[in-house]
Amino acid sequence: MGYKTIIGLEIHTELMTKTKMFCSCANSFGNEANTNCCPVCVGLPGALPVINETAIEYAIKAGIALNSNIITNTRMDRKNYFYSDLVKGYQISQDDLPLCEGGFIEIELGDGTKKVNLQRIHIEEDTGKQTHTTEGDTLIDYNRSGVPLIEIVTKPDMNTPEEARLFLEKLRATLKYIEVSDCKMEEGSLRCDVNINVVDSETGEKTNITEIKNLNSFRGAVKAMEFEEKRHIALLKEGKNTVRETRRWDEVKNETITMRQKLGVADYRFAADGDLAPLVIDNKWIEDIRSNLPELPHDKKERFIDEYNLEPYDAGVLTASKDLAAFYEETIKYVNDPKLVSNWIMGDVLRRLKDEEVEIEDVSLTPKALGQLISIVKDGKINNNTGKKVLKEMFDTGKDPETIVKEQGLIQISDEGELKGIIEKILDENEQSIIDFKNGKDRALGFLVGQIMKASRGKANPQLVNKMLTDMLNER
Amino acid sequence: MDITKLSAFEMKKKLHQKEITSRELIEAHFNKIEEIDGNINAFITLDKTEALKSADKVDEKIRNGERVGLLGGIPIGVKDNIMTKGIRTTCGSKMLENFIPPYNATIVNRIKEADGIIMGKTNMDEFAMGSSTETSYFGNTKNPIDTERVPGGSSGGSAAAVKACEVALSLGTDTGGSIRQPASYCDVVGIKPTYGIVSRYGVVSMANTLDQVGVFGRDVRDAVLMLSSITGYDEKDSTSFKNPEGTIIFGSFPEEIDYNNYLKGMKVGLPKEIFGNEIDIRIKDQITKSINIIEALGAEIEEISLPHLEYSLAAYYIISTSEVSSNLARFDGVRYGYRAKEYNTLDELYINSRSEAFGEEVKRRIMLGTYSLSSGYADEHYKKALKVRTLIKNDFDKAFSKYDVILSPTSPVLPFKFGEIKDPLSMYMADLFTVPVNLAGLCAMSIPCGYVDNLPVGIQLIGDKYKEANIFKAGLGLEGGLKNGL
Ligand SMILES: [Zn+2]
Repeated sequence: MGYKTIIGLEIHTELMTKTKMFCSCANSFGNEANTNCCPVCVGLPGALPVINETAIEYAIKAGIALNSNIITNTRMDRKNYFYSDLVKGYQISQDDLPLCEGGFIEIELGDGTKKVNLQRIHIEEDTGKQTHTTEGDTLIDYNRSGVPLIEIVTKPDMNTPEEARLFLEKLRATLKYIEVSDCKMEEGSLRCDVNINVVDSETGEKTNITEIKNLNSFRGAVKAMEFEEKRHIALLKEGKNTVRETRRWDEVKNETITMRQKLGVADYRFAADGDLAPLVIDNKWIEDIRSNLPELPHDKKERFIDEYNLEPYDAGVLTASKDLAAFYEETIKYVNDPKLVSNWIMGDVLRRLKDEEVEIEDVSLTPKALGQLISIVKDGKINNNTGKKVLKEMFDTGKDPETIVKEQGLIQISDEGELKGIIEKILDENEQSIIDFKNGKDRALGFLVGQIMKASRGKANPQLVNKMLTDMLNER
Repeated sequence: MDITKLSAFEMKKKLHQKEITSRELIEAHFNKIEEIDGNINAFITLDKTEALKSADKVDEKIRNGERVGLLGGIPIGVKDNIMTKGIRTTCGSKMLENFIPPYNATIVNRIKEADGIIMGKTNMDEFAMGSSTETSYFGNTKNPIDTERVPGGSSGGSAAAVKACEVALSLGTDTGGSIRQPASYCDVVGIKPTYGIVSRYGVVSMANTLDQVGVFGRDVRDAVLMLSSITGYDEKDSTSFKNPEGTIIFGSFPEEIDYNNYLKGMKVGLPKEIFGNEIDIRIKDQITKSINIIEALGAEIEEISLPHLEYSLAAYYIISTSEVSSNLARFDGVRYGYRAKEYNTLDELYINSRSEAFGEEVKRRIMLGTYSLSSGYADEHYKKALKVRTLIKNDFDKAFSKYDVILSPTSPVLPFKFGEIKDPLSMYMADLFTVPVNLAGLCAMSIPCGYVDNLPVGIQLIGDKYKEANIFKAGLGLEGGLKNGL
């Protein structure tokens, strides 16, 4: 007995063009409500759309990077429905002729790679943004209305929430690589809907597909999928089925909640938008975009392995985000030791980022400062442990390593005379350890080193301490 | 001398020769409006203050010897579905009763750039749906020729205002005949230009693949003057035509027109499908007289066939209502226009606002279009209608490979009395001969060709895409022939 989960995703991504999809209003986040608006994007009577070519270019870019086929004869359609955040009573979208067909993303699982296939990528305009006040009013900000979007629809190829997470991460990395979207979920520039159901492997019985809408964090998405997976399995076990419905994730209650039931198929009365001429895309344009595409994550990973002699795993982590990869390559310019830099980033830097839940592009640590730090450690001016403390300080204060080392007097003690004094003092204080050492107890040596480092406030050169201590013990 | 009766060209001449001032001209027209419009009801909104201010500017330019635009100082009416910044724009509907647009339609800007004087906004069928201007929320416009009769529609206000000399020129829109049919009923010239040569930016869409802005004037030359002032590519309208040979499709006309030369050698087609149709016999006779004049002036006339024409009305009503249902969705009571006072849910806000503010004809067409586009019916109706549209286009393409102009009556019936036509389907028949032009995106003009039983008859001259010059020539020739009693 067993259950198989089936997951398909629909991802809406805002394209970071300078202007909106069909007018020349600014496409920017965080401005005062309803300030980036014109007759076109608020749907005033008489207003007409004009296609922003950059949005089409970005959508083609995404299509190429996601291995899709670009359809050269396409058009924009009207998707008719009423909603207060929708200004025209229809959304300009694409129906039966999406700009991109097919495509895939490869995700790395423990036992190899898996291909998640895409159904299509189409262009759309975004709607306004609604805020419901506690008094029961609805406020609408139309700054987002008409912002270009691509909707990426996958095939139901994912079988665990973890696979879906890996897919989303890879997708986000790719879109950020090609600089078509900043993919900030918290700002709504990447939004994800999940379609999920479960099959009983023995009986072949399936639950109805549930749609979970408007997930606004990867963590929320995964939790919602896990919740649904359990809910579907529990129902199957009872011989029941789920309702065909749309649900949403409640972050506070940690559960999904019914939004609306799907009674019939919504009839959007799609028809070509006669205000816009059919989109005929020149093959040369596609080739130009293809040849100017930046290095994609997979290619960069291969190059890191070849060029910097990194382990595949490390190269994978370092290239998972364009900014991290750039940070790595920039740091190497300041300390030409790819392996060592990789170790620092893979270890302490990533740990700090994870602890503080920030991205590399959002911290004050610069590649130059990290390079300087690694150089100081490499040159033996400070030891490795002190280096780690300095890095933390750099994260917290943004100061450069030289300043921190100087201010706190952290220069490593490599002076044999000075070290000899410290070692002798410790040996005098710990006669028992000397006896233990002579009796062959290795632990005593570690203890003594620890005491010496402590006495030097961590500044003693560890290699030198080891060597001198052994010599001095043998002399006693 | 009643200066309101002058043609726009004559007004221009007198202004330039400083015989009159634009202020005098505009005041004379406002006086005329004050005197008669209570009866005609051609206007929904007037803007006297702004019009007089503009007139003074033109007068100053003339005084200073500065260059004055093509429409310098001429009084103009603008159909009320065309956005005028700061001037109420209602579309003849309760929905937009108090709507004041924050922007100008491109063509309004062009009129201003050409120094034209906008007098106000003319009455129309609600959202341009109708053939009689009876569906306006602001009351009927009456035909100045016989006030018991309709002026036609939907641009009835613009046609009546020109006929009644309340303005010299006016703007209308034509989706299925809404300029040509009222031109015919009001005894004026109306031009529906080729789709795309006049910007639709700022013109409220009824059926956006059929809608075209056009003009009214009391003679062909005036109408052409008006049209040449507003045509041209507009980057804000994706369907706008970018003329590779420059912006002017038709040249300028000489000061004195010799009508004798225009029709010589022109090939004119008479579609047997139209002339075989049920047409008021009085109209038929009058058209025959015009055909004789055209022939006498040297045109070759032949019968032609447009085999798919009989399906055009059916295709038109499916396509136009489908587009209407989508285009009018934005009037939902959320951002502008009428909002119902009573509602509990969002759906009720939409339903109540739209139920209370849209008139019967608008609702009927929205329902028809919603049905035609809905899944399960779209293939049977909407998509089939699009195929018919292609067949009709092909018919015309074939005809225009041999003929310069195709000729027909503008309307199968004479101007009818208010309330005379009660059945919507019969009303739709008034557009029988004008609708195919919109389906094929062609240009066409209705010019007066005489009276029968004290009622005017209009003749329609149809030209190929971007071949406005052909219908202008034919129109000038015929107009001259008629005037000279040929
Ligand atoms: Zn805008």
